[in-house]
Amino acid sequence: MLARNDNQRIRPLNPLVNLRKYLVLAGVTLFAAAGDSMLSHGMKQTGSISIHHLQVLIFAVLNPWVAAGILLLLAFFATYMTALSWADLTYVLPATSLGYVLLALVARFMLHEQVTPLRWLGIALISGGVGFIAGGPALTEHSRVTTAECPDIGARKAEMKTCDSAQGVLLAKNTRNRTPTEVKS
Amino acid sequence: MKTAYTWSAILAIVFASVVGDVLLARAMKQVGDVGALRRRAGLGVVIARTLGNGNFILGVTAMAVAFFSLLFALSWGDVSLVAPAAASLTFIGNAVAAKIFLHERVDRRRWIAASLVAAGVALLAG
Repeated sequence: MLARNDNQRIRPLNPLVNLRKYLVLAGVTLFAAAGDSMLSHGMKQTGSISIHHLQVLIFAVLNPWVAAGILLLLAFFATYMTALSWADLTYVLPATSLGYVLLALVARFMLHEQVTPLRWLGIALISGGVGFIAGGPALTEHSRVTTAECPDIGARKAEMKTCDSAQGVLLAKNTRNRTPTEVKS
Repeated sequence: MKTAYTWSAILAIVFASVVGDVLLARAMKQVGDVGALRRRAGLGVVIARTLGNGNFILGVTAMAVAFFSLLFALSWGDVSLVAPAAASLTFIGNAVAAKIFLHERVDRRRWIAASLVAAGVALLAG
């Protein structure tokens, strides 16, 4: 409980993931789900690939379903990179896992496949996990400090260490001084 | 024999995906908020800075390995086994790797979320 309070107190100053960011997360979800299903459909048409006949893989790309799937997965990749630039990996991954729920719902209501109770339970668990993560902060505050206070952090690794220790000081400060002004400074 | 092939491919997918995800997440943190950077310096700078990042190149390489492992696995096993098994294990692997290598604050909320999603994804295979 204390940990959660601490978390909220030293959240990034602008903790709200705004509408545009939700759209990016939705894009990650949709492109991944659509791309994967098209790829899977295409690979089923291609048939089994033997480890001794790797060249078949090259021809697999010529299958229109595989090609369309790859294009969608490229779109997925662009949105995924965008999301990772402002959110934690452990936030983005669960937040975009609704794609599995989407696939199951498409199977049930568009393809009229049977969805077993066990699968409904799986859908419920994933939705629960997404709900869990959605209420929390999107970014570990130490990442915010490193990107905000060390803009050219990509330059050297040594620099990141400096920023990490700066963040440690900031955290310690925040823990000691519980006044909101201190946190916001 | 086909089962052994399938599971080896699944493990290869999981390992390569976790390595790739961690490297890509680190790369994009180094690039910085893409939206803000694009408004400030333009899309060209965003693309140049992303493609010029060493972690990004390594991450993409790892993802390519994961992708071809996926193609293999899909040709050997059912998509209803391969996709959920690989995804489920990747969620757990990523939570551990993000904590160790990215120093993300994986608090109780995130552990629960990752576990729920991993369990749910595994159940969808059933």
